[in-house]
Amino acid sequence: MKGNEAMAEAAIQAGCDAYFGYPITPQSEVLEYLAREMPARGRVVLQAESEVASINMIYGAAGAGFRVMTSSSSPGISLMQEGISYIAGAELPCLIANVNRAGPGLGTIQPGQGDYFQATKGGGHGDYKLIVLAPSSVQEMADFVFLGFELADKYRNPAMILSDGAIGQMMEKVTFGKFKPTKFDKPWATTGKPPTRERNFITSLHIKPEMLEKNNLRLVEKYKKMRETEVRYEEIETDDAEYILVAYGLCARICHKTVNLAREKGIKVGLVRPITLYPFPEKILSELANKTRLMLTVEMNAGQMVEDVKLSVNGKVPVEYYGRMGGMIPNPEEILNKLENLIKTSHAI
Amino acid sequence: MQSEEHTLVEEKLITDKENAVVPEDLKTAEMPCITDEYEIVYQRPKTLVDVSMHYCPGCAHSLVHKLIMEAIDELGIQEQTIGVAPVGCAVFAYDYMDIDMSEAAHGRACAVATGIKKLMPDKYVFTYQGDGDLAAIGVAETLHAINRGENILIVFMNNAVYGMTSGQMAPTTLAGMKTTTSPYGRDTSFYGFPIKVSELIAPLPGAFYVTRQTVNNATAVRKTKKALLNAFRYQKLKKGTCFVEIIGNCPSNWKMTPVETLKFVDDEMIKYFPLGDIKLPKGEDLKNLQEDK
Ligand SMILES: Cc1ncc(C[n+]2csc(CCOP(=O)(O)OP(=O)(O)O)c2C)c(N)n1
Ligand code: SF4
Ligand SMILES: [Mg+2]
Repeated sequence: MKGNEAMAEAAIQAGCDAYFGYPITPQSEVLEYLAREMPARGRVVLQAESEVASINMIYGAAGAGFRVMTSSSSPGISLMQEGISYIAGAELPCLIANVNRAGPGLGTIQPGQGDYFQATKGGGHGDYKLIVLAPSSVQEMADFVFLGFELADKYRNPAMILSDGAIGQMMEKVTFGKFKPTKFDKPWATTGKPPTRERNFITSLHIKPEMLEKNNLRLVEKYKKMRETEVRYEEIETDDAEYILVAYGLCARICHKTVNLAREKGIKVGLVRPITLYPFPEKILSELANKTRLMLTVEMNAGQMVEDVKLSVNGKVPVEYYGRMGGMIPNPEEILNKLENLIKTSHAI
Repeated sequence: MQSEEHTLVEEKLITDKENAVVPEDLKTAEMPCITDEYEIVYQRPKTLVDVSMHYCPGCAHSLVHKLIMEAIDELGIQEQTIGVAPVGCAVFAYDYMDIDMSEAAHGRACAVATGIKKLMPDKYVFTYQGDGDLAAIGVAETLHAINRGENILIVFMNNAVYGMTSGQMAPTTLAGMKTTTSPYGRDTSFYGFPIKVSELIAPLPGAFYVTRQTVNNATAVRKTKKALLNAFRYQKLKKGTCFVEIIGNCPSNWKMTPVETLKFVDDEMIKYFPLGDIKLPKGEDLKNLQEDK
């Protein structure tokens, strides 16, 4: 099954009530799959007139208390940013998938990780955070749909799957476990006001500065709680590692190979794969910085996650970056090459 | 909007004076008792929240809010109605309407309403949008919602200006009309002519009922109320979008007194934006509605 299809099937199994989206390569399979599979199940699937419209449909339906999802690729996600900011401000749960392609601009339909900053730092206007999950296999494309929906509901916050064109398009075996969506009470939803309660309204508007600040501080608290409880990552051969590679998504798969190649040569390399890009696995990186010599991030962009790794280790070890761009994918050997060079020069110092 | 309030707030004398109960403290007063000698024939709709509104004096927004809530009251659909408030002067509509409501980003009300209605097709959903919101930044969402025949009511408040952001030119600003961004008057050779949205969308098969009304006199207010009532009723039929354009005013940014704006609506606005029904439901479509009654 293709990564995009795995995501779509998982959405159905996770009890997604509605999907709103607009075609864009390399993720159109999600909309196509759901257009075929959702109506017979009494779910709503709608091809909107634009990504601007689809994210605002998400806002309306999520506000009415439904489990909803949209997906797109980089240019489309850019168009959604205003809406995502409103959703975060109004604290509505929903799932957004970005099958990242290379940019800027129209760029290319080949995979990229250039949307890391956009995804993890907010993306739209104002102070807000998304829960960002980075799958590195087709299996995880499915698993993180379940996880994303649950976390979104748990925190009343938009969650994002940040994937890329390679994982979206690649075919792998997927198993769907028995997933039971948690039932979340949504007493705040706009379902029509019965006499038994006050009216509900969904808004991100707090015109009085004191009120908005209070609201923002509440959001900050929520994000803090996410950082305390929701960090997820994978460690590969870090126990005795002297050098740490840090990579997510497709790059993490490639770096796993690099780890093996390096170990064959007797170089003690480990890999940290952040699974949640927000909240970022700062603690483990900071701990590993105490007992390693160097960290190297590998990304398909001009160096974005490297900044978060630097912040995490706070100068304890040198943090370097290696990457390819424009839809080019690094190979395990060139990463090892880069690492070996860095080791040489760092020993020279 | 003084004039029609007077006519609507008529109070009828009860003829049966003997049976009228006069409160103790008023019995000795020289003023005639008015509390119980009159029958209430008009009052604030129950679903209109009893707070003072932020609108400028004489602004049509408040009056139209009241008409919408009267319609919701009369149809008894408070529990089943979800409104979508715009970004525009009516951004606080949810402070005044005692129903569940959703704010929408500027221009996106029809997309938000689509999200709500597609998942709750049996509820009544309406948007309330200004001309900047609907006819400029939100054209795509509006047009496509109507083209899909979303069973929603779109209330389009056309005051020919961006009220909230203090009086810039709108897509509906009249030719030659002065605004802060057309200080020499709208130059149609540069900006084109004001958009007649109702006429533009009426031919779409998804549009079920399209009408243009105003609220600058008592008769017009009654007609607008009737249009809103019908538009809500039609939603039950699931036959398409109802679009009620209302020619409003903006005393603050038209730089006129409220009374002058009422005259401007008559003299200028409705000359370019003629009032009346632009698309009426067909008789056979309404059959179900009558049987339902
Ligand atoms: C994306 C975006 N652009 C611009 C604005 C600023 N803005 C707020 S309301 C408005 C126009 C309101 O005019 P209209 O829709 O006619 O409503 P009115 O106030 O006249 O009732 C604008 C431009 C905004 N809030 N969001
Ligand atoms: S600015 Fe104009 S539209 Fe806005 S409340 Fe005042 S009069 Fe009404
Ligand atoms: Mg306006």
